[in-house]
Amino acid sequence: MNSSAPMLRVRGLSRSFGGLRAVDRLDLEVGRGEIVGLLGPNGSGKTTAMNLISGALVPDAGVVEFDGEPVQGLPAFKLARKGMARSFQLVRVPCELSCLENVISGLAFGPRGIWGEAARTRARGHLARVGLADKADVPAGELTYIDQKRLELARALALQPKLLLLDEWLAGLNPTELQEGIALVREIRDSGLSILMVEHVMDAIRALCTRCVVMSAGWVIAQGQTAEVLAHPDVLAAYLGGAAHA
Amino acid sequence: MKLPQKKSLLLVWGMLAAAALLPVLSSNDYYLGLGINLSQYVLMATAWAVFSGPTRYVSLASVAFYGIGAYAVAVVGDALPLPVVFLIAVAAGSLLALLVGLATLRLSGTYFVIFTFGLAELVRQLFTWYEVNITKTVGRYIFLEVTPRQIYWELLALLALLFALSWWIQRSRLGLALRVIGEDEMVARHIGIDVTRSKLVLFVVSSAFITLTGAIMAPRWTYIDPAISFNAVISFQVVIMALLGGAGSLFGPVAGAIPLSLLFEFLSARFPNHFSILLGAAFMVIVYFVPNGVAAALSAWWRRRGKAAA
Ligand SMILES: Nc1ncnc2c1ncn2[C@@H]1O[C@H](COP(=O)(O)OP(=O)(O)OP(=O)(O)O)[C@@H](O)[C@H]1O
Ligand SMILES: [Mg+2]
Repeated sequence: MNSSAPMLRVRGLSRSFGGLRAVDRLDLEVGRGEIVGLLGPNGSGKTTAMNLISGALVPDAGVVEFDGEPVQGLPAFKLARKGMARSFQLVRVPCELSCLENVISGLAFGPRGIWGEAARTRARGHLARVGLADKADVPAGELTYIDQKRLELARALALQPKLLLLDEWLAGLNPTELQEGIALVREIRDSGLSILMVEHVMDAIRALCTRCVVMSAGWVIAQGQTAEVLAHPDVLAAYLGGAAHA
Repeated sequence: MKLPQKKSLLLVWGMLAAAALLPVLSSNDYYLGLGINLSQYVLMATAWAVFSGPTRYVSLASVAFYGIGAYAVAVVGDALPLPVVFLIAVAAGSLLALLVGLATLRLSGTYFVIFTFGLAELVRQLFTWYEVNITKTVGRYIFLEVTPRQIYWELLALLALLFALSWWIQRSRLGLALRVIGEDEMVARHIGIDVTRSKLVLFVVSSAFITLTGAIMAPRWTYIDPAISFNAVISFQVVIMALLGGAGSLFGPVAGAIPLSLLFEFLSARFPNHFSILLGAAFMVIVYFVPNGVAAALSAWWRRRGKAAA
């Protein structure tokens, strides 16, 4: 839309659950064609931030600009149709649908609403891209956990999104799978998508993210170039379980 | 799994055709009456499952729509041609469904059950109040030149239409949306499915068919009052039938409605005073022993048999 604006711009985003401030005045930006890492120890509010950005939760305060347009408070399905796709920390695929149907469901309701033979052809393409070409007719419930994660990614890509939100998509992979996963995410970025990824796997963060934002207890405690952020003393302290940030 | 689906489709069309021949082959009024009773419950259970199967929302409002259909005929039936009356009934039922759906389909399933039950009671009370205070009558007579045969064929035609429509929905984009919603609403939202709208469409379609069933049945009653037309037992029977058959498949409710209509017919004739208790007992037994319905139990058995043979 507005090609000078960043793909995603978040300002002062906040959300409490009861007395708990899960996300507290979060600011972040994802530039076009950039991969930004969202880091932080367990319970620091990363998934909640993803839910606020993607419309799964309504923020108490703050602004979310997607492709130059304010979108905070819009329902998730509208954001999806505008081109924001996501994966889930605990993989979510409708188990009774075949892999092909899963991906078709990503095509059918997205920005272009592709259906019929065209959808089947494209869906096969997306399955091939994540390495599931031979699983098209297998029910998603019969896949291994890793393959379900791949399928979830294929479904997200089927939306032909501008922005992809990945919540620990690389977690739980073995070393070979991790290298494949990193290559795949990089390839997706190179095809023109912007990506915000929550991740704990340091190798993946170093390999993929140009910049990182680190949260702790709902707050941003550091952000900037990946190498600098990872060397920041507050970040090290937070990850080692200390509450050293003042 | 594809074969049984196709076979059951053929089977159901065959059964519908055979059922349509019944009044031609036999002039026995008892059988015709039984056929009408069976058809109305098959219709309502199938229509109920069109919405509740994929969404897993349990509606106890069936009788509100059924009664509105019956009252539409009672009020304007002798002033207008029957097709127009049916259209008015469908419009009234759909409008109510739309309003109720907009108000409730964002609620969780539990609230929805309670709301729909309350709605049916509210509609009944409103009709009672109106009749007592405004029209100063208790009930209404329906004298229309409609033969039982005609009613029976109208019900079967509506059933055929419902099967055709559900079959078409299953193959459509809406059908895929519903399957995703049924398994995981969160996923549905994040791939661009307007969950509320999809549910609303289904609820209106389902309610329109139930309303029309009530309208078709009205001439059979001759006399109606709110206690008859809005009897909550009807809603419960529809739910039990659909659950026994299995609300997840298109023809499941048929498999539940046929034996249970026969059973309820027998029970209400033999034990009119204990009917509610027996109904409740039947409900518990079904939910306990066939939680996913006969259709699911059969298809699981079919799969096991297939595996054993291979
Ligand atoms: N729906 C909810 N209701 C109440 N509390 C919630 C809800 N969702 C998250 N929380 C709380 O908000 C805080 C942040 O949770 P969140 O899931 O965002 O953390 P996270 O950074 O993703 O952690 P992890 O690394 O373990 O995935 C936690 O204390 C969590 O218990
Ligand atoms: Mg998380």
